[in-house]
Amino acid sequence: MEANLITSMLFATVVAGTPLVIVALGLLVSEKSGVLNLGAEGMMAMGAIAAFAVTHETGSPWLGVLAGMGAGMVMSFLFGILVLSLMANQVASGLALSIFGVGLSAFVGKPFESVALAAVPPIRLPFLADIPVIGPALYNQQALVYFSWALMWAVVWFLYRSRAGLVLRAVGEAPASAHSIGYPVIRIRYLATLFGGAMAGIGGAFLSVFYTPLWVEGMVAGRGWIALALVVFATWRPLRVMVGAYLFGGVMIAQLFVQGSGLEIDMPSQVLSSLPYWATIVVLVIISRNAATIRLNAPVSLGQPYRADT
Amino acid sequence: MTNPTPQPPSAAPHGTPRLTLRGIRKVYPSVVANDGIDLTVQPGEIHAVLGENGAGKSTLMKIIYGVTRQTEGEIEWEGKTVEVESPAHARSLGIGMVFQHFSLFETLNVTQNVALALPGKPDLRALAKQIEEVSQRYGLPVDPRRMVHALSVGERQRVEIIRCLLQNPRLLIMDEPTSVLTPQAVRKLFETLRQLAAEGCSILYISHKLDEIQELCHTATVLRAGKVTGSCTPSQETPASMARLMIGKDLPVCEHGAASAGGEVRLRLAGLSHASEDPFGTDLKDIHLDVRSGEIVGIAGVSGNGQQELLYAISGEEPLAEKFPVQICGIEAGRMPPDQRRSAGMGFVPEERLGRGAVPRMSLAENALLTAHTGAGLLRSGLINFGAMEKFSTECIAAYNVKCGGPGAEAKSLSGGNLQKYIMGREIMQAPKVLVVAQPTWGVDVGAAAFIRQSLIELRNRGTAILVISEELDELFEISDRIAVIANGRLSPTKPAAETNVEEIGVWMSGMWPGAAGVEEVSHAA
Amino acid sequence: MLLKLEARPEPSKLMAYLSPLLAVALTLIGGLMVFSALGTDPLEGFRVFFLNPVKDTYGISELLLKATPLMLCAVGLAVGFRANVWNIGAEGQYVMGAVAASGLALYFIDSESAMVLPAMVLAGAIGGALWAAIPAFLRTRFNANEILTSLMLVYIAQLAVSWLAHGPWKDPEGFNFPQTKMFADSALLPMLIEGTRLNFAFVIALGLLTVGYVFMQRSFLGFQMRVAGQADAAARYAGFSATRTIWIGMLAGGATAGIAGMAEVSGPMGQLTEHVSNNYGFAAIIVAFIGRLNPVGIFFGSLLMALLYLGGEQAQQYLNLPSSISKVFQGMLLFFLLGADVFIHYRLRLKGGK
Repeated sequence: MEANLITSMLFATVVAGTPLVIVALGLLVSEKSGVLNLGAEGMMAMGAIAAFAVTHETGSPWLGVLAGMGAGMVMSFLFGILVLSLMANQVASGLALSIFGVGLSAFVGKPFESVALAAVPPIRLPFLADIPVIGPALYNQQALVYFSWALMWAVVWFLYRSRAGLVLRAVGEAPASAHSIGYPVIRIRYLATLFGGAMAGIGGAFLSVFYTPLWVEGMVAGRGWIALALVVFATWRPLRVMVGAYLFGGVMIAQLFVQGSGLEIDMPSQVLSSLPYWATIVVLVIISRNAATIRLNAPVSLGQPYRADT
Repeated sequence: MTNPTPQPPSAAPHGTPRLTLRGIRKVYPSVVANDGIDLTVQPGEIHAVLGENGAGKSTLMKIIYGVTRQTEGEIEWEGKTVEVESPAHARSLGIGMVFQHFSLFETLNVTQNVALALPGKPDLRALAKQIEEVSQRYGLPVDPRRMVHALSVGERQRVEIIRCLLQNPRLLIMDEPTSVLTPQAVRKLFETLRQLAAEGCSILYISHKLDEIQELCHTATVLRAGKVTGSCTPSQETPASMARLMIGKDLPVCEHGAASAGGEVRLRLAGLSHASEDPFGTDLKDIHLDVRSGEIVGIAGVSGNGQQELLYAISGEEPLAEKFPVQICGIEAGRMPPDQRRSAGMGFVPEERLGRGAVPRMSLAENALLTAHTGAGLLRSGLINFGAMEKFSTECIAAYNVKCGGPGAEAKSLSGGNLQKYIMGREIMQAPKVLVVAQPTWGVDVGAAAFIRQSLIELRNRGTAILVISEELDELFEISDRIAVIANGRLSPTKPAAETNVEEIGVWMSGMWPGAAGVEEVSHAA
Repeated sequence: MLLKLEARPEPSKLMAYLSPLLAVALTLIGGLMVFSALGTDPLEGFRVFFLNPVKDTYGISELLLKATPLMLCAVGLAVGFRANVWNIGAEGQYVMGAVAASGLALYFIDSESAMVLPAMVLAGAIGGALWAAIPAFLRTRFNANEILTSLMLVYIAQLAVSWLAHGPWKDPEGFNFPQTKMFADSALLPMLIEGTRLNFAFVIALGLLTVGYVFMQRSFLGFQMRVAGQADAAARYAGFSATRTIWIGMLAGGATAGIAGMAEVSGPMGQLTEHVSNNYGFAAIIVAFIGRLNPVGIFFGSLLMALLYLGGEQAQQYLNLPSSISKVFQGMLLFFLLGADVFIHYRLRLKGGK
């Protein structure tokens, strides 16, 4: 019974953390190139509704994920036009993207509000899933969970082992220098932004097609913002993004387990629901307290527009 | 690595020129930066491009290196007309460039920085070895594994040069390379450049320093206001004759007047130590200095040795933990913010004019408000007195000969020299007892520079204590009564300017002054 | 042939004013396209959405009623935005202002004192300001990014009001709806025009717009905020306290948002409900930008945004479209504005291919 509880808590934690892993890794890559996209919430919302709609119409969750990814990319492309081609303020444009995405998803999602999707069965990894306690929790999961792990290692390899990653980091640190030795700064930033959008879209798709198989207006519920905070918390390091995401996953599901545990805790459900948001604040405070840590790790040109004089 | 066949370093032109420019014109929305420029560089020639700030030298080099495109005109490379499309293209042609403001990435190591400029996917380990080879061959010591942020500016320049040399350039562009070096390091750099030229590499050497050009270059092309005003053989000219080509008249000379003995102490640094808040910054260590009424004290040093941090500590932009290390007119001001220090009688002019000394997109009148709000009485019960603000600004513009569209002109629209005159005027008109100035004439044209130096001397004669932090040794010798050197966050003793010379100060700039604490700490200054 | 952006030698003053109008025009065109894409006659859609709401005096009074909280939130936010203090949690501060004012109204539910109402305004301002003080404190003390913390506090505020409305403050005779008792008359804002819902809060909003104008354009403190927003190194050089800038920026937004929340519960709602949060705090961000962070512009911007709200309700009623269509238009408006702003500093040039 004890082991069962641990297994199911672990399972739920991983599931709740997965969209954060995927979205935050995408944002991390785009921030490494110097682009701060505060529109994650809007991109996730659009990814969620696009994936839900396509899955509902075609019956294929995989086409749904593709659609979610596409929607996220379209949104991030809009953002790119604003901040990369038109040099608009990145903070304001990110806010605009969030407001727009949340609004548009609510609008187009209206007809889907009362339909449910069939749950997608998990994929059981042979042998690994037989490990006691952690096996069923970690290795009998949705395909996107495995994808998020692969993504983490891919991002690590890309940023720190590949030449393209080196160029991306260089662009994020000193765009003028990168331009002066001949790198197409704006094009590289577009690609990084699109990647961030794609991952936000997939993260949204995970929510609406795999996590809850439902579409509810506002279902992203701040996860886009939490993912942004996670990138700061992780001081722009991929492995720490994953650890942080699972911590948040744990906080998010804690409420369900407290309520389901039958423990006599006299606490309104709203207090428990607010835990992830408090946790985000606490985590930000802890990591930001030392200004030098942020300054040493943050991409130097983060949030600053760049324009080559030609 | 292989280099083209060595050629004699003579300027004798024979065969195909390496680079020929014909009628280069570059138009920006508000200015014609280059106009009808012709220039020819022979193999193995060290060719100076001479001109004062804003003459169009840097734009011309950016065109040759493919960073920007010319509006009109033709570039011929080794006999063939080319369009240099990008820096990568320029490098593939055999053109390398060392930038004035380096194009390195601080959070990457030397090898990674070099790799970024090379085509293909170089193997980093092999590359590190190559870097060591080149660095030995040309006397450019650098450790390929170190992070760039840990390097001194001199070392960074070497990294840039090595990065170019690894691509076997046949033309190397050096943009104001000596502004970050000690006189001794300049000499070593010249040796390297002569060796390169002897091997057949052509060098375009951009500078406004006449003596250096005379020492190093075979030929010179002089630019003024975007046009070629002449070309010459520097060894057959005098600095004065080249100056006439450069600015169209004789170099203005400052009236220094007799140095006074100095009155009471107005600014005292009493054991100032401070850890930099920038992780890549320099910590200040136990700095002692007195600046007296009626004297100008100059602080020399290679950039990045604590000048920034020293100014922050004196101005109060980074207040200290204790009161006593900074004393203004006898008041212990170490913990005061800048506005209180200003009330105590101090004025300061920072090195960055746009964005620090002035708000770029605000008018000159509003920029007067920035520091003169109380000192010049521009407020009325918390509200802005627009009339007084306008009047103060107008007076400053007239008194300091600021060329602009009036008090309503945006700070951003002024040339560097005019904005500096305005900021200087704003501070001086508040009648400070102490004035601290960083890089007073950095990026300023010759006429404005002379005006600014003269203003400082006159202010001194009226009894103000003045501290000047500058990286231009010539300037410090021109205006200072006493000179000290900052190296690696420590300050040397001061010496009367008349009793020392460039040579001695140059040695001090590497941290080696008599009684300096620990010679092992000099590496950062080298 | 290629279109190319080219830096203007001087920023265009004309474009700074034209760009919001251009954004409105583009949003209208976008709106017509949305309507036709949905199979609605675009002209009919335009009429229902943009003209119907203001076809009579009552409609105009409703427009001003809706514009009031937007004006209030936006003018406070603009003070912060000018200084690059990114308070995006006005929605939460609005909610907490409503909560504080409601607490007072419920406590004095039997009182007929004329002091209840002014006290509620004050409570609203303090409630909102206190909620904004959290990110301000975390930013100045711990350097924590105020964008993320203020936003997180929105979710927390919404949960808090939900708890109050479901729990301790629930009206025992309210058929189990998540809402409080109706406030006493002494806790309700007086109406300005008979037969409409337009109330005294509109006057408060106009007053605060004026105060905001004097503060931002005329006062030295406002100047300091502008310097901090445009060049923080210059603010530091001048000795303007960055901490004070952040506190003023955050508290101004919090206090005005709190008053807006108070005006909502004490005005059209007459009670606190779970759904007091109506996206005004986010819409006000758009209002602040479309109004160029200038109180005069904010006045017009909030009228426009209010029209989008009312249009959304009309569209739901007469065109059978989800009311969230107004959020789509809001987002579009800000998008187009940010895009159009590029022409303040740049102009388009045709460039022939070589």
